Amino acid sequence: MPPRPRVSPLLAVDGLVKHFPLRGLGVWLDTLRGRVPPAVCAVDSVSLAIDAGETLGLVGESGCGKSTVARCLLRLIEPTAGHVRFDGVELTALGEEALRRRRRDIQMVFQDPTASLNPRFTVRRTVEDPLRLHTTLGRAARRERAQEVLGQVGLGAELLDRYPHELSGGQRQRVNIARAIATEPRFVVLDEPTSALDVSLRARIIMLLAELRQKLGMTYLLISHDLATVKYLSRRVAVMYLGTIVEQAPTRELFARPLHPYTRALLSAIPVPDPDARRERLVLAGEVPSPIDIPTGCRLRARCPLAQPVCAEPVALREVAPRHLVACHLV
Amino acid sequence: MTPLLEVRGLRVEFDTDEGTVGAVDAIDLTVRRGEILGLVGESGSGKSVTALAVFRLIRPPGRIAGGSICFDGRELLALPEEEMRRIRGAQIAMVFQSPRTALNPVLPVGRQIARLYRLHQGCTAAEARRRTLEMLGLVGIPEPERRAGQYAHQLSGGMCQRVMIAMALATSPRLLLADEPTTGLDVSIAAQILDLLRDLGRRTGASIVLITHDLGVVAGLCDRVAVMHAGQLVECADVRTLFREPAHPYTRALVRSIPRVDREVAMEPVPGVVPSLLEAPPGCRYADRCPDVLDVCRTVRPALSAMAPGHEVACYATEAARVAAPRG
Repeated sequence: MPPRPRVSPLLAVDGLVKHFPLRGLGVWLDTLRGRVPPAVCAVDSVSLAIDAGETLGLVGESGCGKSTVARCLLRLIEPTAGHVRFDGVELTALGEEALRRRRRDIQMVFQDPTASLNPRFTVRRTVEDPLRLHTTLGRAARRERAQEVLGQVGLGAELLDRYPHELSGGQRQRVNIARAIATEPRFVVLDEPTSALDVSLRARIIMLLAELRQKLGMTYLLISHDLATVKYLSRRVAVMYLGTIVEQAPTRELFARPLHPYTRALLSAIPVPDPDARRERLVLAGEVPSPIDIPTGCRLRARCPLAQPVCAEPVALREVAPRHLVACHLV
Repeated sequence: MTPLLEVRGLRVEFDTDEGTVGAVDAIDLTVRRGEILGLVGESGSGKSVTALAVFRLIRPPGRIAGGSICFDGRELLALPEEEMRRIRGAQIAMVFQSPRTALNPVLPVGRQIARLYRLHQGCTAAEARRRTLEMLGLVGIPEPERRAGQYAHQLSGGMCQRVMIAMALATSPRLLLADEPTTGLDVSIAAQILDLLRDLGRRTGASIVLITHDLGVVAGLCDRVAVMHAGQLVECADVRTLFREPAHPYTRALVRSIPRVDREVAMEPVPGVVPSLLEAPPGCRYADRCPDVLDVCRTVRPALSAMAPGHEVACYATEAARVAAPRG
């Protein structure tokens, strides 16, 4: 492969938008009356860049749009607007066949280790399937590769002929990871890889993911609401709230100096295993508003304890320190 | 004053085709009046089964195979089902892990709470409704009148959990068993629910047993902690001691396995896996995972013994180290 200039990131997302139109009788009548049909604005103008070998953590609470971003990147769902460039190629413009060939390089590990495995496939078939779809390996080579990948995720070859129900939760998540890395992808989206796991398993999967990244030189987009997992695995973190990115910074900087009130609230709400921890709590009022009826100006302002009149004005991400971006009028 | 709940030698077994699973293996557990006790351990450690046993909700193929559960001076295991039903809900209440599935999907949430007032306290319909709205307000649900008429699927996860807590507290129980009440909720919502539990515990004087695998939650909320591993209780201490001087090798490993957001420390997973409880061998069930294992650990189970006042540990290696180098 010809060398690429170092400056261009492996993955660049620019102005990504995803709306889910609402359905139903009321909506249909509205359309007849010539009104703009309501939609769920799941992702609203999100831009991200991830360098090769880097891990970006994308954090936020349920419904903030982080998984929708991931699905749009892989085009598991089609974005409403925006660009996704992977290794210089515009993914949003690819035809079905070209996209399928690209998927060899872009894989995903899903949240629920049980639901994301076909209960009627053996481990062997689960891991070999992407090889059959995306590579030209013959039968024997696929068998060999499946065994090798299983070893890489710390599972013995004796599990190859087992079904998911015969595996423990931790083993299932390892099979999911094995399936994702089987085609030697350069980029893997990890969607909540540890949130369905028990305490001790969580630590192990985090360590496995870090080890695989180093050995295989992969780039991760790590989506999680678990800031501890993100802290251990990511070099940079982007924080999402209600479809937009509100803060983005190198991991160490974000945890040491969170600036956006949402980030501060999120960090201060994490229970820490220290009974003497005296922490300043920043408590947000109420719950996340509906993404159908998005507040104008700063989207957090109705819940933000620091809100001022200026917060009703639109707010954009700006750089307040090297590589530290915040969307808040008060910072 | 006698403790509110005293569990002695409780054993719960499940009969399967392959043999007997000893899910809870002779545990002793005390819950004092007005305290919040954390019950922690990995999946399969027997925490939830212990709570269900206290509630006497173990169904076949499971059975309570021995021991005693003494609640406020009464032996629960000896009570006829009819009397147990009066205690359940009225004096001991439970909050389950997945609130949406624990709520009745075809009944408005307000009616579910009101039913409790009518059933347990003989309230009139109007009185039950008034108290339901009051309780919904107490657990922090905005617009109680509107919310009371809604169904579980119309509420967010956090709201459902608040409704569950309102239901559990409706009858002013003296013991609340909360099984992973914040698992699956977002951090900021989880923090609100934990604040609510702490506040309600203080206000009503009820004791709370908080079952969780999240040691962070325990540190923030509990007065005392009991650690379970594979059906055995391995350590029990006040919360500060448990985090500052964890004594059992399993507790130490568990504390080290948490990824921390509050400081820069290395994270180490607990070694090995939770052993199978099927025809489990005698002795300490942590033996195969334990770096400090002695020969005796595999043959005779260590009993809980006091390291210091209020700090009990079941471990031969810890005991031996303490005897060799007495503290203070």
